[in-house]
Amino acid sequence: MSSLPVSRREFLGVTGAAGAGLVIGFRLPPRRGAPADEFSPSGWIHVTPDDQVTLMIDKSEMGEGVMTSMRMVLAEELDADWTRIVVGPVPENPAAWSRRMSTGGSTAIRTSYEMLRHAGAAARSVLITAAATGWGVADSECHTEPGVVVHAATNRKASYGSLALAAAALPVPATPTLKDPKTFRLIGTPVKRLDTALKVNGTAQFGIDVKVPGMLIASILRCPVLDGTIARYDAAKAKAVPGVRHVVELPGIPGTPGGPLPPRTAAGIAVLADTYWQAMTGRRALDVQWNAGSNATLDSAGISATLAKLADGPGLEARKRGDPVGALGSAARKIEATYEVPYLAHATMEPMNCTALVRPDGCDVWAPTQNQTGAQAVAAKYAGVPTDQVRIHTTFLGGGFGRRAESDFVAEAVQLSKAVGAPVKVIWTREDDIQHDFYRPTSYHRFSAGIDASGAPAVWTHRIVAPSIQARFGPLRNGIDGTTVEGAANIPYGFTNFLCEQTVADLPIPVGFWRSVGSSHNGFVTESFMDELAAAVKKDPYQFRHDLLANSVRHRAVLDLVAQKSGWGGSVPAGRARGIALAESFGSIVAEVAEVSVAKGRPRVHKVWLAVDCGPIVNPDTIDAQMQSGVVYGLTAALYGAVTWKDGKVEQNNFTDYKMLRMAEMPEVEVHIVPSTDSQGGIGEPGTPPIAPAVCNAIYALTGKRIRKLPIGTLA
Amino acid sequence: MPTYTLTVNGSAHTVDVAADTPLLWVVRDSLGMTGTKFGCGIAQCGACTMHIDGVATRTCVFPVAGAVGKKITTIEGLSSTSDHPLQRAWREIDVPQCGYCQSGQLMAAAALLTAHPKPTDEQVDAAMTNICRCGTYQRVRAAIHRAAGEAV
Repeated sequence: MSSLPVSRREFLGVTGAAGAGLVIGFRLPPRRGAPADEFSPSGWIHVTPDDQVTLMIDKSEMGEGVMTSMRMVLAEELDADWTRIVVGPVPENPAAWSRRMSTGGSTAIRTSYEMLRHAGAAARSVLITAAATGWGVADSECHTEPGVVVHAATNRKASYGSLALAAAALPVPATPTLKDPKTFRLIGTPVKRLDTALKVNGTAQFGIDVKVPGMLIASILRCPVLDGTIARYDAAKAKAVPGVRHVVELPGIPGTPGGPLPPRTAAGIAVLADTYWQAMTGRRALDVQWNAGSNATLDSAGISATLAKLADGPGLEARKRGDPVGALGSAARKIEATYEVPYLAHATMEPMNCTALVRPDGCDVWAPTQNQTGAQAVAAKYAGVPTDQVRIHTTFLGGGFGRRAESDFVAEAVQLSKAVGAPVKVIWTREDDIQHDFYRPTSYHRFSAGIDASGAPAVWTHRIVAPSIQARFGPLRNGIDGTTVEGAANIPYGFTNFLCEQTVADLPIPVGFWRSVGSSHNGFVTESFMDELAAAVKKDPYQFRHDLLANSVRHRAVLDLVAQKSGWGGSVPAGRARGIALAESFGSIVAEVAEVSVAKGRPRVHKVWLAVDCGPIVNPDTIDAQMQSGVVYGLTAALYGAVTWKDGKVEQNNFTDYKMLRMAEMPEVEVHIVPSTDSQGGIGEPGTPPIAPAVCNAIYALTGKRIRKLPIGTLA
Repeated sequence: MPTYTLTVNGSAHTVDVAADTPLLWVVRDSLGMTGTKFGCGIAQCGACTMHIDGVATRTCVFPVAGAVGKKITTIEGLSSTSDHPLQRAWREIDVPQCGYCQSGQLMAAAALLTAHPKPTDEQVDAAMTNICRCGTYQRVRAAIHRAAGEAV
């Protein structure tokens, strides 16, 4: 039996109105700074007399399958009838929640698993007691089958629903007995997703599908120059478009650092109409002149030069072992390289949107959001109402990838609804989405490594120059942004002498969390440079890594598995070569082997073998899907992704110049899960970091050309 | 504004919209059927795919005037019971992740199977150019082949 990670008072059994049944609230890991004894449940199980079980929890469904996996964990310990459990909507008042209500960082399962198991087990325990008491037998004589308590000696059975009212009067045990994982019937099996049926017939409701009576649709023409302002505008033609009801000036929000993810919006002119096309037609009829402001000459060449110059000076130490400077000085050979990666947009399939209705005493927000707590705070601020008078109605998300952790689109919708006194849905165009994102930061990397006289790698140094995401929250602790150095400061290889340094580049471009965050660039640069070292000492890239993982058992097992499954070292079809890469992120370890050919300078990835150790798993089919997804996301960026700047404007517009991987370029992806009882990691992001280096290392093996700058584009 | 009569999923609807209004927005805003999605507005991603006289069409750039007198089918009309062989295969393989592009993927796939009941991988590659940011392509391909096998 595992111990309950919370005090007894954090469980609560309450009976609502007659007939409500059994309600058990449970508390997920508390909000930072919350008093230790404060009870505010953050999840609910509700068993009703008609045998329905409802789980209320705080996770957004954006494709990661969280609704399904959460239900599996609960059903397992509750021993519920799988078909009679539903997952309710995300609760609407994040202010009354014990933890920040958000979905990101590949944390959904990791931070809810044990708590859900305990809650399910506690509910099962009181249902057994209710049945045993009614039958006049001992609890220990009873067991459960899915959805029913059974007294085998007398062959009596009672459904959970029939016991719900009696169970509600019983004290909830603080330390319920958990199942032995060996007896799991759901966890660890490929259970079908709950949301698929809704997603194959058009009935799944995304934010863009929200309908509120009297709603107007807004399209916003934003200043194309970063932080520019409105000089003057003429809305006469826009207002003449049939269906256009209002034209509203939005001043822009500067995104002043402080608090979690402060919103930042461009100045713009919003056209509000009865329909989207009317709003768009009105937007196109606007005559606006902008003040370019301080970023009028911002461009990518200048940004690159700034990063390179900063890399000349020392950075702040993020991690140091041994004597890296001395070891470099005494190395028999020095290997040096610089790498650079660009800004990237998220480009979720569902463009940003939000619907808001501001009333004098409160506000309703319908949003595809990864961050209900942030959305509520932003809505309250711009509606001018108390935070707990804002209700956040979470829809399905048409992709998140970190973009929907932001609340800029919420601020826009709320301001517009307040301005016109009607419900307003803001819908961004794809161009708006690509040109007004919070981008994955660009970064510049300088490596020096030393090889000793015996040919062994003796020292690794890595200096990272990048804008900081965490600086948005306020001053950095010790000057280090943990997201900039994740996947670089903690590489698993056993370098006795090691240094990872960081320098923050102070650039005006908005940055944010992009699937796998710092590991998205650090996976690429560290695993490419590892490949350079292997080549320098003429070792097989797999063997070179394997040998340096003597003290990283988990990593080595994952690497070995992918090598074995891909038949590393065996024959490869003519004209193709393979590359390998390994990265830990979000508590999980992933290794990938990519098989690549190049025709007319264009790389083609034919197959990817992937091995993952994410600790105890819930749904292997979801892991398979998330790993494929992570590979596609990272491969798309590696092949094509770059947001570039000229005259303070983003140069890309749409999928024509911000290209996406499509079916014809899709490699076969073969996923292998390492059976593991180690600590639990995430699965949403860890598939992404290893793909770029695996592909670039394959290109090197095939052509001798080392890719040190992304995107790969067309090879010379 | 001019009036247009459209036949969508077998029913006639009369709408009052500007002539250049894309069919996508007529169906979503005027008819209130939101299963078909907006993704790019320039016929690049395929989220807005409907069938017009059986042809998979990216409706974010297809003016309403061009749809008059034609048979329009949306995801809502692919099957009245959600049991088109592709929808069944999609469920069996659990294709969708976020799901946003899947209406368009299904409509493109349905048109493909009409043209090629047993498509080769090359035919799948050629017909299925819809963008999926979740990267469900491998399962989309598998589900198309499964549905093609079932349809025999």
